[in-house]
Amino acid sequence: MSDEAVSNGAASNGAVSNGAVSNGAEALAVEGLVAGYGEVIALDGVTVTAAASGITAVLGANGAGKTTLLRAISGMIKPRRGRILLADHDVTGRSPEQIVRAGIAHVPEGQGVIPELTVEENLRIGMMSWRGKRAARGAAMEEEYARFKPLADRRRKLASTLSGGERQMLVIARALLARPRVLLLDEPSLGLAPRVMAQVMDLVVRLSREHGLTIVLVEQNARSALAIADHGVVLNLGRVVASADAATLAADVALRHHYLGF
Amino acid sequence: MVEFLQFTLSGIVFGMVYAAIALSLVLIWRGTRLLNFAQGGMAMFTTYVAIEVIYKTHSYWAGFVIALAAGLVLGAVCELTVVRPTTGKPPLNAVIVTIGLLILIEGLAGIFFGGQYRSFPAAFSIIGLRVGGTPIGVSRFDVFVALAVLAATLVLAAAFRYTAAGLRMRAAAFNPTIARLSGIRVGRVLTVGWALAGLLGALAGVLVSPSTFLYPNSMDAIFVYGFTAAVIGGLDSAVGAVVGGLILGVVLSYAGGYVGGSVGSDLTSLVALGILVAVLMIRPDGLFGGARMRRV
Repeated sequence: MSDEAVSNGAASNGAVSNGAVSNGAEALAVEGLVAGYGEVIALDGVTVTAAASGITAVLGANGAGKTTLLRAISGMIKPRRGRILLADHDVTGRSPEQIVRAGIAHVPEGQGVIPELTVEENLRIGMMSWRGKRAARGAAMEEEYARFKPLADRRRKLASTLSGGERQMLVIARALLARPRVLLLDEPSLGLAPRVMAQVMDLVVRLSREHGLTIVLVEQNARSALAIADHGVVLNLGRVVASADAATLAADVALRHHYLGF
Repeated sequence: MVEFLQFTLSGIVFGMVYAAIALSLVLIWRGTRLLNFAQGGMAMFTTYVAIEVIYKTHSYWAGFVIALAAGLVLGAVCELTVVRPTTGKPPLNAVIVTIGLLILIEGLAGIFFGGQYRSFPAAFSIIGLRVGGTPIGVSRFDVFVALAVLAATLVLAAAFRYTAAGLRMRAAAFNPTIARLSGIRVGRVLTVGWALAGLLGALAGVLVSPSTFLYPNSMDAIFVYGFTAAVIGGLDSAVGAVVGGLILGVVLSYAGGYVGGSVGSDLTSLVALGILVAVLMIRPDGLFGGARMRRV
């Protein structure tokens, strides 16, 4: 079983390629991150790298620190130690408003839509970090409507009227409108029917393969996450216990039983 | 019947002033879940600014405009200097800070402008209008009061609904986490919210002071009525604030008018208190707050 050493080795730019379609460059690197809430240390020296245009799955049980990792990357909590590098630029300690402008979009778990606003208003929020012209905004929105047809039909409706799958489409579409290079997805399949969940996973794959987006995917459902990921990182109690090819992790029976529950 | 019409119309006029205060409270409440106890004091202070400008320039409208501008600035300054540092602390800290701010502002007003009652001019005639020889209980200035608050409310509502800045404010109020993750500078949005609240308060102060006189505590009672109106409406709802203000204004007008004399004027504050207690007991979410919660 590989451990942090794998990630550390990859820290020099382009040295190691984990993902099958990765071009070798790292879009995102987290080095020795320590973060927590009050007295509680939720991340204890976590090092993770996400290859450009690849899907990196972050796995682990409840309380392993997966969500905290994403929150630290997107600036929702300030790390106590460690660095966060976006394409070799240090973005550690920046506010969420700055992080999204730097090119990292975070889709938090559940409750990501604002139900009191219409579908279109929810989408417009995604472009708040833009300086672009009105026409460009309109075109960008139409692009997302083309990608997510069900949203186009309900653009004037309140987001509270959407189904679970449509809500997930909406939050992903909104994140894409921020024009990110890196997309952080926290449990995008949570609470969705199996068929809808498969659609969401399929979408994640297309965003990476066709649009070259670097994706960090946090999932409770390790099996389906590893099925689409290039690389996997397993967290346990705030530490990285495994970091390897998705296929390698999926084949590691002992690891699966121990940390991933399948 | 004529009396009823008179009481209703003058109630609506006062109700619009309460609505303006209530709206300013709602603006801040929606953004920060904080009740700004200094709202009345801020309005009193900007009204003093107005009266000084009017004395210097002999122009009512110069005072009017500068009072509104002062309200904008005062709101933003208060948010940035004393409220911002309470972010992330227990909610009670912010409440205590706004109470302290009220005491500070009233003290400063006493030092700068003196404690005596001063009369404040009205923009238009305060002689009661008549329809076919019958007085209808409101003056030309009262009509201006109602229209000014109505205009401010409509402009704000349209701005919230149709502009990018308005969308930012709504997003930040409904879900600050999502707003920040989407790149909205929520801190800046809150400052703007306080500035707009300061402007509405300043408007209310200038409009109500011709009928109350101006002194460092002159807005205390108006604040209590505005707060009651906001609670009737549900604290969360702009429409509720306006409806709450109108209901309160009309009910207080009936109470004061039909009972009459000194008993009547003493009764109004008691009635307001009674309404406040009744709403909090029967429907703590207010008339409109509850409906919104259910929809979500």
